[in-house]
Amino acid sequence: MAIKVVERRPLTLLERTYLPQILAGLKVTWDNMMRPSVTLQYPEERPAIPKNYRGVPTLVMDPNGREKCVSCQLCEFVCPPKAIRITPGEISEDSANAHVEKAPKEFEINMLRCIYCGLCQEVCPEEAIWLQSQYSMTGLSREAMVNNKVKLYELGGTLPDGHHKWDKKKEEAEKQAGGHH
Amino acid sequence: MEKLLHDLVLSPAWYFTAARGVTLILIVMTIAGYSVLLERKASAWIQGRIGPNRTIHPLIGWIPFVGTFLAKGGFIQPAADGGKFLFKEDALPGHVRKPYYILAPIVALAPALAVLVMLPFGEFTYEGKRYAISLTQGADVGVLFMFAISSLGVYGIALAGWSANSKFPFLGAVRGAAQLVSYELAMGLTVLSVFLATSAAGEDHGLSLVAMVDHQQGFLGWNIFGHPVAALVFLICVFAETNRHPFDMPESETDLVGGFHTEYGAFKFGIFFVAEYSHMVIGSSLFILMFLGGWHLPFVPTAGAGWVAPLLGVAAFFLKLCFFLFFFVWVRWTIPRFRYDQVMRIGWRVLLPVAVLNLLAYFAWYAFRG
Repeated sequence: MAIKVVERRPLTLLERTYLPQILAGLKVTWDNMMRPSVTLQYPEERPAIPKNYRGVPTLVMDPNGREKCVSCQLCEFVCPPKAIRITPGEISEDSANAHVEKAPKEFEINMLRCIYCGLCQEVCPEEAIWLQSQYSMTGLSREAMVNNKVKLYELGGTLPDGHHKWDKKKEEAEKQAGGHH
Repeated sequence: MEKLLHDLVLSPAWYFTAARGVTLILIVMTIAGYSVLLERKASAWIQGRIGPNRTIHPLIGWIPFVGTFLAKGGFIQPAADGGKFLFKEDALPGHVRKPYYILAPIVALAPALAVLVMLPFGEFTYEGKRYAISLTQGADVGVLFMFAISSLGVYGIALAGWSANSKFPFLGAVRGAAQLVSYELAMGLTVLSVFLATSAAGEDHGLSLVAMVDHQQGFLGWNIFGHPVAALVFLICVFAETNRHPFDMPESETDLVGGFHTEYGAFKFGIFFVAEYSHMVIGSSLFILMFLGGWHLPFVPTAGAGWVAPLLGVAAFFLKLCFFLFFFVWVRWTIPRFRYDQVMRIGWRVLLPVAVLNLLAYFAWYAFRG
């Protein structure tokens, strides 16, 4: 391919005075000033949070109001800054959720350690922990920055769930038990 | 009202003397404070932001429209800033040369305020005689005095940079001094060419700014039309003299941290700030008086008997001043800062020859015309 050398035009006298350029620049700044401002008045106006935003990690329930976490502690192990601390617990026999393996007795996420990486959400086999849209997390003490289980469910709420894994398991088990008899 | 105006400007009674001194200082300090606000607001507008709009006063913030207006316009902000500077700890670094370090802000501000003595900003007629609205009436040497004293301001910069005893302030101070010397020359030469035109031979008021304003009658009589080159060179020099962008070599914060006031904080820094803005006020006033017809407006009587016309004149002067203060900010966000060698090159190799040629051309013109 032939190389085309573009002749570099020498500056004219008018250009060398630099003045037309300054005037053009003044017009640019003036036009910019006439445009509406783009400032978001933060505490009053909030930014629109995109769907896949990685905000504060929360625990969620399934549509039946069952806590989805089974305290497998995978998130605790994967958490790079070791922000998660889970105390596993049993589910009592007479509970409606007795067919579920386990549930956390206590679930704490230390938001002073959390780096919002989302590995806990990625690793969770139960889709129980979600980084949702809350982006502002403040507290007046170190203790206030540790989210306990109650707070985590309060933040998380309920998310739609198409799997109903444990209910299906239970049905399966009942069917198999029925078929065997 | 007319009598009051006359007394306020001319009466030798001590209370009127005190009143006009205090009034002028208050006005200039307020202008300096509010030009900081103007700077912040205009910078914000140019960058697509809003600027300070939250500061409210606890006593008037609740008034429905006024309070909101004051908050949105940021009108309480200068007071809040000033109060903050006043109550901050006045730190004195251990490594500075202390007496000079303390002296420097004073040396920077004092000339800026002293120059105001000679500044006329209106005129009125009382019992058939014309008087300028100014602190001193017999300001025949007005312009000489103003140039002489206002360039003393650089001593504040030099002293600050040297006494701070660290390298970046020192570099800033050296640059400031060199820059001032370079641009003062071109500035003086342009002033000469204007005076050549405005003061007739054998006249008493050769160097008076009032005479110069008198000379500029009607819109097309403004000196900016008769002396466009001089006006341009003078304008550029005003930017350089006041250390404003694109010539803010002494405090170019990208390469010199904060320049000459790097080691300053709290109220001492505030004084440097006020001094800079006072210099801006003086520089723009000089430009307005010399090239933009001073307090004259086209088609509007701004001088003469009664009190309406003189006040209109003062208002016209003030409006022009406001435009200039805005223009400083406008230019600041338009032109990037020059490199130091470019500043020197523009000063010595462009502005000085242009000013000399301009002066020679006017010499030739008047010699030819007779």
